[in-house]
Amino acid sequence: MARVFLLLTLALTSLAPAQEVSFNREIRPILSNKCFFCHGPDENKREAGLRLDTREGALADHDGFSAVVPGNPDDSELLYRIAHDDPDELMPPPEAKKDPLTKSEIALLRRWIEQGAPYQDHWSFEPLAETTPPASWTGNPIDHFVDASLARLEIKPSPAADPATLIRRISLDLIGLLPTPEETDAFVNDKRPDAWPRLVDRLLTSPHYGERWGRHWLDQARYADSHGYSVDGGRDMWPYRDWVIKALNDDLPFDQFTVEQLAGDLLPNATKSQLIASAFHRNTLINQEGGSDREQFRVESVIDRVNTTGAVWLGLTLGCAQCHTHKFDPITHREYYQLLAFFNNTEDANSTGPTVEVKQYEVLGNAPKPPARTKSDSNQPAKWLPVHYDEHRTSSGASLKLLKDNSLLIDKSAKPQEAYDLSVATNLETVAALRLRVLPDKSLPKNGPGTAGNGNFVLTNLRVTIDGKPVRLTTAFADHEQPGFPASAIINRDKNSGWAINTGGGQKAQMNAEHEAIFLFEKPVPTKGKPLTIRMEHDLNDNYLVGRFAIALSATAPPVPKGQEPAVTMPRTGKLMVMRELAKPRPTFILTRGDFTRPDKEVGELTPGVLSKVKPALPEPTSRRNRLDLAKWLVDPANPLTSRVTVNRTWMRYFGRGLVETEEDFGTQGSPPSHPNLLDYLSCRFIEDGWSMKKLHRLIVTSKTYRRSSKARPDLATLDPRNLLLARQSRLRLDAEIIRDAALSASGLFSPVIGGPGVFPPQPAGIYAFTQNRKSWKTSSGPDRYRRAMYTVFYRSAPYPLLSTFDAPDFQTVCTHRVRSNTPLQALTIANDPAFLEIAQGLAARLLRDVPGGLEPRILRACQLTLCREPSREELAILTSYLRQQSEDFVQDETAARALLSDELLSSQIPPAEAAALVGLARALLNTDNFITRE
Amino acid sequence: MNDFENRWLAERTRRHFFRDCGVGLGSIAINSMLGQLQAGELPAIDPANPMSARKSPLPAKAKNVIFLHMAGAPSQLDLFEDKPKLREYHGKTPPESLMEGKRFAFLKGNETLLGSQRKFERYGECGMSISELFPHHRKIVDEVVWLRGMTTDVFNHGPAKLFMNTGFQAPGRPSMGSWITYGLGSESENLPGFVVLQSGPRGPRAGNSLWASGFLPTSFQGVPFRGKGDPILHLRSPEGITRERERSFYDTVGALNRARLKETGDPEILTRLNAYEMAYRMQTSAPELMDLTGESKSTLDSYGVKPGESSFASNCLLARRLIERGSRFVQLYHTNWDSHGGPGENLNSDFEKVCKDVDQASAALVLDLKERGMLKDTLVIWGGEFGRTPMGENRKTIGRDHHIEAFTMWMAGAGLKQGHIHGQSDELGFGVVDGKVHVHDLHATLLHLLGFDHEQLTYRFQGRDFRLTDVHGEVVKEILA
Repeated sequence: MARVFLLLTLALTSLAPAQEVSFNREIRPILSNKCFFCHGPDENKREAGLRLDTREGALADHDGFSAVVPGNPDDSELLYRIAHDDPDELMPPPEAKKDPLTKSEIALLRRWIEQGAPYQDHWSFEPLAETTPPASWTGNPIDHFVDASLARLEIKPSPAADPATLIRRISLDLIGLLPTPEETDAFVNDKRPDAWPRLVDRLLTSPHYGERWGRHWLDQARYADSHGYSVDGGRDMWPYRDWVIKALNDDLPFDQFTVEQLAGDLLPNATKSQLIASAFHRNTLINQEGGSDREQFRVESVIDRVNTTGAVWLGLTLGCAQCHTHKFDPITHREYYQLLAFFNNTEDANSTGPTVEVKQYEVLGNAPKPPARTKSDSNQPAKWLPVHYDEHRTSSGASLKLLKDNSLLIDKSAKPQEAYDLSVATNLETVAALRLRVLPDKSLPKNGPGTAGNGNFVLTNLRVTIDGKPVRLTTAFADHEQPGFPASAIINRDKNSGWAINTGGGQKAQMNAEHEAIFLFEKPVPTKGKPLTIRMEHDLNDNYLVGRFAIALSATAPPVPKGQEPAVTMPRTGKLMVMRELAKPRPTFILTRGDFTRPDKEVGELTPGVLSKVKPALPEPTSRRNRLDLAKWLVDPANPLTSRVTVNRTWMRYFGRGLVETEEDFGTQGSPPSHPNLLDYLSCRFIEDGWSMKKLHRLIVTSKTYRRSSKARPDLATLDPRNLLLARQSRLRLDAEIIRDAALSASGLFSPVIGGPGVFPPQPAGIYAFTQNRKSWKTSSGPDRYRRAMYTVFYRSAPYPLLSTFDAPDFQTVCTHRVRSNTPLQALTIANDPAFLEIAQGLAARLLRDVPGGLEPRILRACQLTLCREPSREELAILTSYLRQQSEDFVQDETAARALLSDELLSSQIPPAEAAALVGLARALLNTDNFITRE
Repeated sequence: MNDFENRWLAERTRRHFFRDCGVGLGSIAINSMLGQLQAGELPAIDPANPMSARKSPLPAKAKNVIFLHMAGAPSQLDLFEDKPKLREYHGKTPPESLMEGKRFAFLKGNETLLGSQRKFERYGECGMSISELFPHHRKIVDEVVWLRGMTTDVFNHGPAKLFMNTGFQAPGRPSMGSWITYGLGSESENLPGFVVLQSGPRGPRAGNSLWASGFLPTSFQGVPFRGKGDPILHLRSPEGITRERERSFYDTVGALNRARLKETGDPEILTRLNAYEMAYRMQTSAPELMDLTGESKSTLDSYGVKPGESSFASNCLLARRLIERGSRFVQLYHTNWDSHGGPGENLNSDFEKVCKDVDQASAALVLDLKERGMLKDTLVIWGGEFGRTPMGENRKTIGRDHHIEAFTMWMAGAGLKQGHIHGQSDELGFGVVDGKVHVHDLHATLLHLLGFDHEQLTYRFQGRDFRLTDVHGEVVKEILA
């Protein structure tokens, strides 16, 4: 690794005359890797009293010998020891289990000593360098720096990607959604010179920008909707998520963004919004297990706050200094606990309090307008006509007996999850509504009306068809509903939800009595005496069947009762955990080996303090320092780390890798920047631009470097196989959430609602088989089923499977960088997850709506919707033959074809085989590498 | 694609894998990629298939591991540790010198010593004492190594389970199954290399972080198989898609991906092509695995498997079948051993039930593996996250609190002594008198048997080389054959 890197740094930096050795680029990595572990900052581990991380230490006299004698390599003990043959003398010694130094490393050290052995501070602790492109440079400054290093190696940059690729790339990067074919067309045909910046500005003002980039930030905030550890109960952190989205959309300057999250509660006259922001550090875990030691887990969360702050703002691995002085970086054991002293004074102690109540829509100010009341039919009462049952069967064959009063009664021999199939007729010309009355009967437990022990039932689905085509039911309501089991759950297509009638929460209704549910059709269905077929399903609980019931139909739809209208839901209120300082601070001690039971009282109580190595120094306090002082220190323009770390991480999201590859480690063990001047230019500019994140994005994405084609080039395979020089862009697999979001936006099912409490998209049963406590997962119906994946409720002990399969972190600790794996489980997820099949069905339905007919036009449209481009000739041939073959195949097997179709597709005019083939087409496209990749 | 392109891509892929994907970026792996493979180093990971089998860097005795995790922590004092002195002092306050500095989850300080009500006898040539609750364990006393001096650091279930699995008490580190598959890959091309099976009334505390891959790539995370329905999530094709239709679906996706590979030259697409083919194969191999109809009646009876019923016994049999089919690491969790004495957790009937759940199948697994010659290269490990106190708890029925100072586990198989007792606790069972084995030591030994120096199997993350044993761990040489 080091060797490869060395070649590269040589290539990247102008070769100075006489090969002047750079301490930071060439010497420090060697010393850090091979020597610092025993001869570094940690006093307790230091061998022979020698330290090599400072020049003073390296030059110090040890009984007449010095490790380093400037200008005199032959007298330098260091060179003597690293090249020694005798294993007793050789450094590093065999027990260190480190490889001996290579010849070229030894030669470098020799040249460095010859040149006087100059030391430099580690690069990231040095102040930002003023680097600007020459005045003659008129393009984007980024390109100046990138092109200069390419030119040095005579590498030609790749051309810009084609416009269709570019709009897909920038849409995914800035808002995490696919452009519509219309948006793509408009951009491709936009010949104005400023078409690109126009597109960039449009996307930067999209409210979805705050979601996309908020998601990156929430990774660092370790946001989750549950407490973690074993009990893992739920919590209301979503107002904080709303705050992040709003802050980004408002382009809240990053310094202010920082201060409010770390110390919003301590700001003078703090606003509610600032208090909400302070929830950043309340995303720590809470152990609710009985017998837990409160103090132990309080300390755990304070330690996590220190480590998270270090990782997010400083890019340093402070965690190492929890148990001992850092082996490589200048962070002492004591300094670690001085930092911890900032966080040690909050009220929370492995507990939820203090909290603040926040209403849904309060943060984002986006409460929906109440829907206009539909006028149609709303004043006409229904005229219910009893039906004639042409057929009444169950799927097992158990009898459904027709009683004298024209109601049906299920036999005791029914199976536990029986389905009922009815065929009913009236003399109505059209039908607009259906009524299901459930009736008590002496043969049922507690008189019913259900077959459960208490007379309850759970009806999960009721499907109506005529002439084999489904009738869409748009509204369902009942005279009584058990909390959590509304009649509307019957028509939400979900087998895991349904209507039930037990009483709870102070309801006055009786369970063991007659009740009714009414279903409204999408539009009146002409029947002309033809029968309707009805299927009633009980898929949730065993032996929770409807026991006795009767069906009636009406030609007019009755008004929806008040309070049951769709989309009139009460805003939820969340109890958000926030920070609050104790009046009397807790004393902070060094914890021996990080153990909370072993405070080192000999060293004495610590006052809050920052890292001495990182500028600026904190001013002398006038009163006790608190988190606000720490936050201000982090965003002080003289602090060299915060800006560099933030800019670098932003860069990483666009190029797959930071300018500093070890984005989480700016310490001596991390890798140095590939383009140091560019990093410092961007970092200075970020501060000069008032810490505007949107300006930073704009600067990056308007560069030529960003817009380059991502295609691999054989010539680069040897010159720059890792693409460190950025001659081209990179193909990046989408983040877990964005895979679902992109699929939703392609299918047209996507619900663009922003913010609020988490939602429950369909999830396979059995996810909680492995958790200590079962979680409640009431699958969302309506638009909430199709919200962005960032709103999917996240239980730390049992995450939504799609998310973990595609490398979303578990949010136990800070995550600054997600890995991108590529596994068979990912294939199974997109291919078979019912949630993805639903999206494929949605996409097929959209194709039918968008394209009146024709095989090829539909394929073209499908490619535009998913890949945002036209297919190549080869791709078109593959897809055409697949679609043809599937259509022909399904014609032979209409049952299979129907099984693949959603209600919408079943009710369309197109033959089932053709529709099923379109679902297959959609499914194939969603499964391509191209679809889940930003090219 | 012509041959040149193929080779170019293969080479590109190799480089890409190590450097760009964040996969396999262990410093050791990098060296070997650069052609400097030395004794003790990890061989390169196949970029297109991170789970392909790899040789261990050092000579190995074991190839595979089955870990039977007794979730909730069984009482060693009622199963394995016959303590006459504890019976003698039953009802007395424990000596203060033993209590000093000890921390317990629930004890209030006024509890008294609790002698076991169970009858013990010594069995086998090694003379291990086994209580009446574990009759089947008598058959394996001379097959296994008894670790009577286990200790751990943390006394709550969640953190302690994490500690047992990842060597660290907070979530976020890779579990041992992840470390081992990271090091060795898997022999199976049709099934996951690291599988988790669960039985008992509830899932283990700390949930999926027990088999998470932490900062290792998710290719190495444990795949939980479910006892009901499809064993793997989303294994089943949508309704209406037959095997033939699925083949043409995979062919179509493959053809589209190959077309894109040609267009972009991105080797990541090669990996995806492989992943999709593996997914297609798993659709048949996983149900085949779960189908026990091919097992003889005598095998089923020896484990105590009841057809159609998911249980610890059927999971033990599945563990053997997984190892047979090339999986590397299989972990079973069985709840609930948390015998505090509360409802459902007493040391009488509740404890007897859970003993009955696991006794027969645990022993049968060892004997079955032995009979099939699989014990030669498979390690079986049995134990909880900690042990239980010599004191009783003041509850309605008898129970014991969490105890981290001394507890008992057993291991069997590849490279271990047989019928060997290692370590012992004091007369009351408070602490270890000799042969102490810390959880870190157990991990070090496990890795040693698998052909790794536990200090060398590392992964660099956030500036530090992490390992399963953190900065501790000694191989327990005394138990090696």
